[in-house]
Amino acid sequence: MPDETLHLPLIHSVLEREKDTPGALLPILHAIQDGAGYIPDLAIAEIAHALNLSLAEVRGVISFYHDFRTTPPARHTLRLCRAESCQSMGAERLAAQLREQLELDDHGTSADGQISLRPVYCLGACACSPALELDGRLHARLTPEHLRDLVNGCLEEGSC
Amino acid sequence: MLRLCIPCDSVARAVGADEVADSLLREAERRQLPIELLRTSSRGLYWLEPLLELEGPEGRLGFGPLTAADVPSVLDALAGNAGSHPLALGPVEEIPYLKSQQRLLFARAGITRPLSLEDYRARGGFEGLDRAIALGGEATVAAVLDSGLRGRGGAAFPAGIKWRTVREAGAGQKYVVCNADEGDSGTFADRMLMEGDPFLLIEGMAIAGLAVGASMGYVYVRSEYPDAIDTLNQALRIAREAGYLGANAGGSGRAFDLDVRVGAGAYICGEETALLDSLEGKRGTVRAKPPLPALQGLFGLPTLVHNVLTLASVPIILARGAQFYRDFGMGRSLGTMPFQLAGNIRHGGLVERAFGLTLRELVEGYGGGTASGRPLKAAQVGGPLGAWVPPAQFDTPLDYEAFAAMGAMLGHGGVVVADDSLDMARMARFALQFCAEESCGKCTPCRIGSTRGVEVVDRLIASTNAAAREEQAELLRDLCDTLQSGSLCALGGMTSYPVASALKHFPADFGLQTSEADQ
Repeated sequence: MPDETLHLPLIHSVLEREKDTPGALLPILHAIQDGAGYIPDLAIAEIAHALNLSLAEVRGVISFYHDFRTTPPARHTLRLCRAESCQSMGAERLAAQLREQLELDDHGTSADGQISLRPVYCLGACACSPALELDGRLHARLTPEHLRDLVNGCLEEGSC
Repeated sequence: MLRLCIPCDSVARAVGADEVADSLLREAERRQLPIELLRTSSRGLYWLEPLLELEGPEGRLGFGPLTAADVPSVLDALAGNAGSHPLALGPVEEIPYLKSQQRLLFARAGITRPLSLEDYRARGGFEGLDRAIALGGEATVAAVLDSGLRGRGGAAFPAGIKWRTVREAGAGQKYVVCNADEGDSGTFADRMLMEGDPFLLIEGMAIAGLAVGASMGYVYVRSEYPDAIDTLNQALRIAREAGYLGANAGGSGRAFDLDVRVGAGAYICGEETALLDSLEGKRGTVRAKPPLPALQGLFGLPTLVHNVLTLASVPIILARGAQFYRDFGMGRSLGTMPFQLAGNIRHGGLVERAFGLTLRELVEGYGGGTASGRPLKAAQVGGPLGAWVPPAQFDTPLDYEAFAAMGAMLGHGGVVVADDSLDMARMARFALQFCAEESCGKCTPCRIGSTRGVEVVDRLIASTNAAAREEQAELLRDLCDTLQSGSLCALGGMTSYPVASALKHFPADFGLQTSEADQ
């Protein structure tokens, strides 16, 4: 685990900027996660103090939403859409291919820490299913070959 | 100088629009050919994306779907006989898929640049806001009532009644909230609209704010749409600088401003009360109604909550009049609806038509049948909580009441098509699993019933004798009833739709012998 105190300046500047915003908790959590890559544990007490909330309330919000994570992310995040439109175009076969290639379940991180897998339920690309998002970039009309190339690209980049 | 257009829409880019644009610029420079390349929104004819359009005296000529490798040959064709290229589509507006549509909401789709105020105004932008300001709040609310506009989410509640309730809900701080977190699979009209025509949503919200007496609005956008969030934020800044938002919104003498809030991947936040809790910085837990959000909404104050398509329908109602809008549609389903064709379909894309065309016209006419070429099995209409409709019912007109009458719903207008390879027992299990994962946990049928439902489907599929299977099927039907009548919100209540419809129309997938007629 990296030294979390490194993130304190970020946390403080976010809180200073956002603490008086109405309903500030989600914007604060997004800003910290955007900056640090995750919500460090020490941020929770700082947020609770600034917003006059209990630690349990802050933790409860973090754990409720799928987007927030409390550990650093892998180098690459791959979100494969698993909703009905993509399922009807073979998304489950692509998910099986990923599980096999990376030896992972749907939520795991590869052993070398390069790629995290996450299911997502609709990226709005349904007219060009199946689709995925890799590091914020959308790819649609996926084929098994295209998916393999994308994953290999991530893996090769990590080895050098 | 050649004027060319390529969409900057995220899905057009996901299938290569940026690569085509880059290749065009490079190739034109190499040939010393002067071109102007505009990044417009998408027409929503997604099977043709990336779609390149050349502006000419007879309108825009289309080429698509292109890859970067096609660019040199397209430029060759443009120098000579443009129509001779194998990917030439002729005048885009003459493509039957587009020509037969009735585009009110998506009138600018594929034509204008999303962040150009000049493009927006040149095509009727802000005429609705001007008219609303001239009419005043009461007459604006009356126009929305007279138009027959109903909420485009799922419940189809008359919009004007909500507006009147909020307007009459005393003085003081009020809010307008746009629910842009409706993340139903198979729907993408919200994403297209926010990415492609953000000023339309801003205009609709400004009209709403001024009419009901709210000075502040929020657009709560799902985090899965990063391009929409980015575009909206830029559009807000531009609109504010141009005076359409702020202390003197649109020259009305009154204040109205907007902020974008980003969701965090919780499907339940597409439910309006859960969304309000989330906006307040809490877990997105559903609230019991009453009190209605119109009276006690965001931070306990009167709040007008609508989804993207509802708010974006307002400018044209004001600009062209309530009667103009009423002239589209059938029965009590008035105006137009952007239907979204997705899944295993040949011509996936956006079809905006007046209510009343049939599902068959949509799926077989516009959609051209399955992409795989295999027989059509079913279409799920209205998102993950919508029923699976078998082809035998495809002649039903797309109308709120007609769909409700057969135990289905139009919802957000999404249509996901499946061929015969899709296993409906798996899809029923998926619907229950999805409900279990996304339940906010507040009410028992949804929180626990969904988990038990997954177990029942598993036992049903695994059962080896007919009597045991029938027993589990009966249990599943009973559970669907409980979910439908005992849940606090639509997530639990409507998860029964895909499950019960799969069981009813596709018993063989569950290993059941019973036909529909036996039930």
